[in-house]
Amino acid sequence: MGSFIFKRSLQSVFSLVVLIILVFFLARMTGSPADLYLPQDASLEVRNQFNEQLGFNDPLYVQFGRFFWGLLHFDMGQSLQFSRPAVEVVLQAFPTTLTLAAITMPLVLLLSIVTGSLAAFRPGGVFDRLASFISLIGASTPNFWVAIVGVLVFAVTLRVLPTSGTGTPLHWVLPVAVLMLRPTGVLVQVVRTSMMTALSSAYIKTARAKGVGSRAIVFVHALRNGLLPVITVASDQAAGIVNGAVIVETVFGFPGIGKLMIDSVMLRDFAVIQAAVLVTALAVFIINIIVDITYALVDPRIRYS
Amino acid sequence: MPLSIRVSGTAEMNAPVSLTLQTSATSSGFRDAIGLLWRDKLATLSAILLLIVLVCVLLGPWLLADKARAVNLMARNAPPFSIDKGWMFFLGADALGRSLLARIIVASQNTMVIATSAVCLSLVLGGLFGLIAGYKGGWVSALLLRLADAIMSFPSMLLAVIVLFVFDPGITNVIFVLAISRIPIFLRTVRAEVLEIKERMFVTAARAMGARTDRILLRHIAPMVLPTVINLAALEIAFVMLVESGLSFLGIGIQPPEVTWGLMVADGRNYLGSAWWLAFWPGVAIMLVTMALNLLSNWLRVVTDPVERWRLQTTVSRHD
Repeated sequence: MGSFIFKRSLQSVFSLVVLIILVFFLARMTGSPADLYLPQDASLEVRNQFNEQLGFNDPLYVQFGRFFWGLLHFDMGQSLQFSRPAVEVVLQAFPTTLTLAAITMPLVLLLSIVTGSLAAFRPGGVFDRLASFISLIGASTPNFWVAIVGVLVFAVTLRVLPTSGTGTPLHWVLPVAVLMLRPTGVLVQVVRTSMMTALSSAYIKTARAKGVGSRAIVFVHALRNGLLPVITVASDQAAGIVNGAVIVETVFGFPGIGKLMIDSVMLRDFAVIQAAVLVTALAVFIINIIVDITYALVDPRIRYS
Repeated sequence: MPLSIRVSGTAEMNAPVSLTLQTSATSSGFRDAIGLLWRDKLATLSAILLLIVLVCVLLGPWLLADKARAVNLMARNAPPFSIDKGWMFFLGADALGRSLLARIIVASQNTMVIATSAVCLSLVLGGLFGLIAGYKGGWVSALLLRLADAIMSFPSMLLAVIVLFVFDPGITNVIFVLAISRIPIFLRTVRAEVLEIKERMFVTAARAMGARTDRILLRHIAPMVLPTVINLAALEIAFVMLVESGLSFLGIGIQPPEVTWGLMVADGRNYLGSAWWLAFWPGVAIMLVTMALNLLSNWLRVVTDPVERWRLQTTVSRHD
């Protein structure tokens, strides 16, 4: 297992380096921070001084070298908008997004596994059709639209939930509900398909012949074998949320990493963009490793050596 | 005509295959497809909806561009479901009294053109890279896969935001950004399929007969991968449409005076308390088209998969 994680890390390092280079140069193509942070009538001298101080006057490759050197020392530079170390800014925003993901994903998994399994148990039945159709709606609805319609119904008309911000647990209800929508819709369909395959296999017939109860057949015998594709898709969806639930965070004013990234691009805060992308990429990498380990736990035939 | 033909390995397949032969002998392939479509009512509805959208995309801006732009102060924020001011105002009107129905129809062109061309572009590029990565293997494959990983690990929304900040967010640039971010999906899918197909006998035979690599890839392997890829493309169009409307919603996609459904939702957000229909209907349009594409792609998967095809064809035999 140890050598497997090492091998995977080595593979990821290459992707990570490509990512870093991309972010570094793309971010700098958006324009000069001096145009944003100095008054419009600032003299050339002042601009020069500003750029000199922050090192924007050096050639790009020198800047990149400095950035890379800092990276090796876990120094990601200073945030322009907050005048604090970029890592600090990012690590302050990241827990909000992680909490969103940590509340959303278990709920999504629970809901979709139960619904999908029950639907697969009687394919073509009333419950199956209903579940398939509703899950399709969930997977097809644009989440920003659900978000604002949700605000309209629950916050403006019914006045039972707050419109935006954080604080009380009630503030989390709408964002989590909106975030759950698409992953649940997609996963119910995945669970249903893979459970239908599992339920039609020979060992299920054997279990039935032995007289095992249908609940045990679905949730013990079939589920464990039908779970692999579910884990794959679920990890993709989780990575999507960790990467920044930009729209939900924007609509509901959540100070998460997605909103931070977009704001930093708008404010040309290069250090924060780089740090945010790096931290989320690392988080996604960790998710992938955990998923690979879960594969081996669920299916003993999978071994990493 | 033999009533059953042995298909390699699958004994149960005899009955469905013979059925296909019977139907295809009496009618053309097109009528066959229509017949199969008719068996699945939801897929039929989806196909009809997509056809209507296609008509809107082709003719909408040409017929209704003036109506969509016409400011009518009498109809300011006209509520939906009333036909006092004519059918054009059935879905209501915006703050300038422009017909919402006409605007949705006109906006369908940008929305659909962006989604389909982005997916076509990533299909062709991702497909080609996938063919090469799967067939060649070695360092070429490794390099392409790692590049795909890098694109995938980039938060796609952020990539779009940065790129659209650098280049101006015109329609072509939005298409390119969306296409690039979806290339890895096609690359991986095609590569996985090619890895399996290239071991089959007919590829070995083609190679033994001296066919060049490009011929083997394009004439022998590509057609085998095509059904999967087309199915994936339908799903991707739906997904890209959602992403594009998300970008427009954040204000970094298409810029006014051009209009897409996502942009219309974003505009309507400011009038949420007073005129909910402004944001509501364009969202419904996005949802319906996405659903139709999903349903149709499901149907396509069942039809093109011989193992699942009997589901549709057993009903054929029952009815006849």
